[in-house]
Order: sequence, then structure tokens, then C-alpha cells
Amino acid sequence: MNLIPLIKNETIKIIKKKRFYVILLILLVLVPIFTYAQMRQAQNNRQKFEGDWRLELQQAITDNQNSLGSDRVPEEWKKYRRIYIEQMQYYLEHDINPNEPNGVTFTRQFLDNSISLFIPLLVTAVASDIVSGERTSGTIKMLLTRPVRRWKILLSKLIALVMFISLIIVSTVIICYLISGAFFGYGGFNVPVFTGFLLFDSDVDMSTVHAVTSWQYILMQCGLTWFVGVVVGVLAFMVSVLVRSTAASIVTMMAALIAGSILTNMAASWKSAKYLFMVNLQLTNYLSGTPAPIEGMNLPFSLVVLSLWALAALIISFLVFTKQDILN
Amino acid sequence: MISTNEEIVLSVEHIKKKIGKRWIIDDVTFDIRAGEIFGFLGPNGAGKTTTIRMLVDLIKPTDGVIKVCGYDVNRDPERGLKYVGSIVENPEMYTYLTGFENLEHFARMQPGITKARIEEVVETVRLTERIHDKVSTYSLGMRQRLGIAQALLGRPKLLILDEPTNGLDPKGIKEMRAFIKQLASSGMAVFVSSHLLSEIQLLCDRVAIISGGKVLAVGNVNDLIAESSNYIIWDFTPRQLGLQILASNTEVMIVRNVESVLDDSVIANMNKDAVVVQMPETAVPAAVAELTSAGVSVKSVQKVTPTLEQLFLRMTEGEAIDESHSAY
Repeated sequence: MNLIPLIKNETIKIIKKKRFYVILLILLVLVPIFTYAQMRQAQNNRQKFEGDWRLELQQAITDNQNSLGSDRVPEEWKKYRRIYIEQMQYYLEHDINPNEPNGVTFTRQFLDNSISLFIPLLVTAVASDIVSGERTSGTIKMLLTRPVRRWKILLSKLIALVMFISLIIVSTVIICYLISGAFFGYGGFNVPVFTGFLLFDSDVDMSTVHAVTSWQYILMQCGLTWFVGVVVGVLAFMVSVLVRSTAASIVTMMAALIAGSILTNMAASWKSAKYLFMVNLQLTNYLSGTPAPIEGMNLPFSLVVLSLWALAALIISFLVFTKQDILN
Repeated sequence: MISTNEEIVLSVEHIKKKIGKRWIIDDVTFDIRAGEIFGFLGPNGAGKTTTIRMLVDLIKPTDGVIKVCGYDVNRDPERGLKYVGSIVENPEMYTYLTGFENLEHFARMQPGITKARIEEVVETVRLTERIHDKVSTYSLGMRQRLGIAQALLGRPKLLILDEPTNGLDPKGIKEMRAFIKQLASSGMAVFVSSHLLSEIQLLCDRVAIISGGKVLAVGNVNDLIAESSNYIIWDFTPRQLGLQILASNTEVMIVRNVESVLDDSVIANMNKDAVVVQMPETAVPAAVAELTSAGVSVKSVQKVTPTLEQLFLRMTEGEAIDESHSAY
């Protein structure tokens, strides 16, 4: 039995269930709100610094330097700030505005902010339903009594899911660019962005830092976001196999993701938390040189941790789905 | 009548299923031949649905072999299930798709089903007018017919229907029976489960009676019923005198707890003064003559079949019936 018709079936079901339209609708409502907020902030800064971004950057550096002298600021926070200051100085020396308002910069920032929670939630909305939905509606009985091996059915669902995850990320980028471009202008593709920061405790190794154009940077972000999307998708897929009700499956995944964003903010002293998948989702921070929440985390480490989680989820999904008795 | 030379389509050999510590199905064996309508009769909780789920590979038997056209359904579902069309419990289809889209979906899961074949089965179940409407707008009867259309798509040699007349109105029930008979006359083997003896009596050639996970008897429907006790409903005036005469007849046993012996549908149609007795058919003419000569006017004498429970009592000599209820 060929897989293509099975994948076609799953694709049709996802589209006809209108899950994907809901995701597009969420993007179309939320992105303009963020864009507006960004625009207000840009206007504010322009008034304050009379349109000179160098003054703005210098002010940010000074503010952070001042706080380094204070005893009330915890040592961990100071580490972050020192790194931030070094980066900003680097931008200043090279005469590049890291926050120049345009459609491309907005998209870049949006991806940074959405990789660990927003995109995973959108992915969960599709993935959580993909197997448990068939069980909730009882259609699994029709699906599994056809002369097709169960692993093929599950694989076709997985492939369809990965296709939709890709589509979600592409649509996010396009919607962000089109809407924010209408406010800030559509330029900015060739603005250089620095990447390749290597973090050692409180120091930044600048020797590997190099500039890439904004569009190259966005491509790298998309790759990392896609990877996070697929990992979260596969985990939600496993939960969907294990849990019979779609609602329970969505709630389980949401709880895990939100727990991750809480842990990220307080896990610095609990070292082994770095092996949890939800702490490792902020992959784009490695590009921009933002310090990782727990010592010892870097891009290869996070990629390996996420891959292992996804691999385990896949093995469990396939073992359970092909062996389990359908009793309800 | 079905000749015993017909090909065996389904052979079930000593299947057992253990769930937790209980044997839900304990050594069930039967064969079904081409062109035969085979009834599977038992109260709710007797193991009918569990057995059906094993026939279509939704549940793996703990022990035993199920073969369809010679292929082991549980080990080689790709070949075994090719010859099976089934509806397990309710005909649950994708409600957000149209009837036609549902059929296309299942057609894609099996090679060689053309669009012309889909249209043919739609014609067969007489859904042509509504086939392009969403399934969510269908009545239960229409869903049942769509379910059958789905089951017929792959030109099965064995059709499995779980309580096919459940929830249908009297007209729908009659149509369904006629339809099943027509399918069987075209050479298909049809497996029908039911908890109603009358249903099986009207439809099936042979029957397996199951209770508490065990097959109590397999055989010709009418033979099995004839073996069990016959009940006679008498309606006469004056009631008191007639009752005295019957009570003095040694061949007659007056039934006191009518509700537990006869079907509700029979009781509803009974005159409330009627007398229910258990007696051999051959003794009826003499009893009528005796009553008439004593001045009792006999308005009606009616022979009724006992309920399924009565049949069980007879077969198990009154031991297994409670067990089959607690199994629910």
C-alpha cells in the first residue's frame, strides 16, 4: 500500500477540520496588535532621542552599566547585563542599528519572541487532535479496519503533521512581514545582523562574531523554529496517541510548555533542568548571543536534547499505536 | 438452504481474550460460509463486540486464530482485511466531511476502488440525493447506510454488522433486513450481531449464542428455538373458570411472573386478563375442547417464543445467566 493516498487523506482531514484556518486567523489578529505596540514604542523613542538611535543605544548601555554597581541586583542578572552591554557596544562600534524599525526587523524579533511558546502552541493545536480526534469521534474503528498496516497510518499522520508545521512557520513569517511592513516599510533585507557570539560564563567571545544580512538571519531563525516546531509537534503527537480525548491532550501539552517558560526564568540553580525539553526551546537566543538560562547549555547541546526527546516520543508513539487494543 | 460445500469465508478457532485478570472471551469457535447470514446472539456484555473487534483486528486475541479467506486477520491484516467490510458499533464517519468525501477517504485506503465503484455503492444504499451533504446533517438511518456503503466499497466477501437495526424506525428495520438478505443472496457472507432473538430469527440462517464470553450453541436458528420451551397465551371468559380447568390439566404449567419470561413487546400486545402457560403444543387442541365444553368461550390462543433469557436458561440449565449480566 502506497503512502501518498494516506497522506492525502490526513491532509484533507486537517484542512476540512478548519484547524489551520483558526491558526491563520490567530496570526491575522495578533500580529497587527504586536505591530501597533512596536510602532508606539518606536515613536516614543524617536521623541526621546530626537531620532538618533546611537543616543538610544548609548542610553541603554549606560543604564545597564549603572545597575552593575548596585548591590541589590543579583549576580546572575549582572552576567546577562554585561553580555548585553558588550553586544550593544559592538553594534555601536560597527555603526549598525540593531533595532532599526522595518518589516524585516519586526519579523526577526517576532520569531525570537514566539519560538518557545507561541509557535509551539500553534503546533499543539494541530498535533494534539491528530490521533485522539479519531478516538473521540470513533472514526478510528473505520480507519484501522481497512487493509492497511497501523504503522503506515501513523506515519502518514506524522508526515501530514510535519507538512503543516512547516506551513505554520512559513505563514507566520509571511503574515508578520506583510502586516508590519505596512507600518514600518518593507525594506531592511540587507541590514547586517551580528551572530556567532560564543558565551563563556560572563564573557562573550567576539572572535567568531560575523555579520550576516537580515534575510539570512531570518532563514536561520526559521530553520531553528521549524526544528522546535517539529520536536514539539512530535511530543504532542505522542500525547495524542496516549490520551483518548483531544481536550486532555491539548491541556497536557500546554501545561508542559508553560511550565517550561516558568522554569526558564528560575532554573539557573537547578542544573539538571537543562535536560528537560521545554527549557531548551529558545534556540534563536544562541544566534543573537543571549545567555542561556542554565550554565552548560549551548546550541549543539539543545539540539541533541530536543532530538533525543523527539526520538523517544516517536518510538513510544509507534510502539503503542501498533500494539494497543482499541476498546472504546 | 445453504449447502455445506460453500467456501468457508471466516473461520474462528478457539479464540480467547484476557483483559486484566478476566477472560472476556473464553474459547469461541465457529465458521461462516459464503452466502450465509450468520447471527451472533447474546445479551449486552456477553462479549459480542469484543469478538467483533477481534474479527477486524481492532483487538488482538490472547490466543486462537481468526482467518478470513485463509489469511490470518491479526498477523496479516493487509490481506485478511481486504475481504472484510465492517461496521463496529455505531457507523461513525467524519461528520465534517460530506458522505462522498468519506467514501473517497476510505476508497484511498485500498487499491483498485474507482470513482465509478463509489457511485455504484451510493446507488446501492440509495443515498444519491444527499451524498454531497455534510455527514453532520444526516439522520441515524442515513449514517447507517453510509456506513454500509463504506463497508461494501472493497467488494468484501464477509460483511460484519454490529446490531445493524439499532436505532432505526420500523420501516428502516424492514428495509435493512431486506437489504442484508439481498447481499447474502449475491454470495456474500454476512455476520450480524444482536441481543434480540426475534431479530436473529427473522434474518439469519445459522446462529451462535454467546453468554459470558462462551459460545453456548451454534446451529440452525429454528432448531435452537424449537428445543426451548413454548409459551401459550390464552384469552378466554369467564377467566376464573378457565383458569381452574387449565390448572387441573397435568400437562399445563401456569406462568406467574410473566414479565420475566416474555418480551415487553409481547406483553404490551397482550390482553391484561390473558393467561400465560407453558404446555406442549400437542396438548392445545384437547385443552380448547375441554374449555369449550365447560362453557368457557376461548377468544384467542397464541403461541409465542420465549425471550433470549429464557433460551439461555434452558441451555445453561439456569446457571450462566446471572454471570452474563454481571459481566456487563
